Amino acid sequence: MAKRKRYTRTPIIRPKKYCRFKKSGIKYIDYKNPDFLMAFINEQGKLLPRRITGTSLKFQRKVAVAVKRCRHIALLPYVADQMK
Amino acid sequence: MAKTNYESVVVLTPVLSEKMMQEAVLSFEKLITENGGELIHKENWGLTKMAYPIQKKTTGFYQIFEFAAEPNAEIVDKLELAYRRDEQVLRYLCIKLDKHAAKYNERRRNGEFNKPKVKETAAPEAAKPTPTPAPVAEAKSEPTSNEEE
Repeated sequence: MAKRKRYTRTPIIRPKKYCRFKKSGIKYIDYKNPDFLMAFINEQGKLLPRRITGTSLKFQRKVAVAVKRCRHIALLPYVADQMK
Repeated sequence: MAKTNYESVVVLTPVLSEKMMQEAVLSFEKLITENGGELIHKENWGLTKMAYPIQKKTTGFYQIFEFAAEPNAEIVDKLELAYRRDEQVLRYLCIKLDKHAAKYNERRRNGEFNKPKVKETAAPEAAKPTPTPAPVAEAKSEPTSNEEE
């Protein structure tokens, strides 16, 4: 019979995320452009999850492939300490 | 008889002289054309800094070929074999382009990259696009940091 305290959380208002590829009609992600791909990886050079970037599943798969290709031709690091 | 477009990126050692590099590039070009490939576009980035050292080298000559060939021709196998045999090649990547990629490359070649805001331009001329993609990246990175906290 413990009394429960009720917390009313104030909702954090964030702008709605969207898939930038869908929005701007990009159909192909260029793996030769590391500057652009930087938006999808964190400081260690790891891929950012969809829940953070807002990318749709279809394009997240393409981003992943592009980043991996980019790493292979040594335009992006596989591992890094501080990239940004 | 639809031909498929392929793209190939080769990274050559920085030890080469300009002339030797061009010779190597020419030999690959010849290999493509002799095996029934149709060279659409080639691009040389010159000496470019790599993101990590390969064979203790921190720079490399980047060369990009785009070519069309019959999908079942063994041209890609032959090309990759030549890359593997060549000691000057640090890295290579051969990929098949889908229709979107082919279209994108064509537009990139014509230099009409003002339209798609984010993906704009290849790395060499990265000076111009920065103002446009920057706000997008910033807007996105904010929620990122929030969620990490």
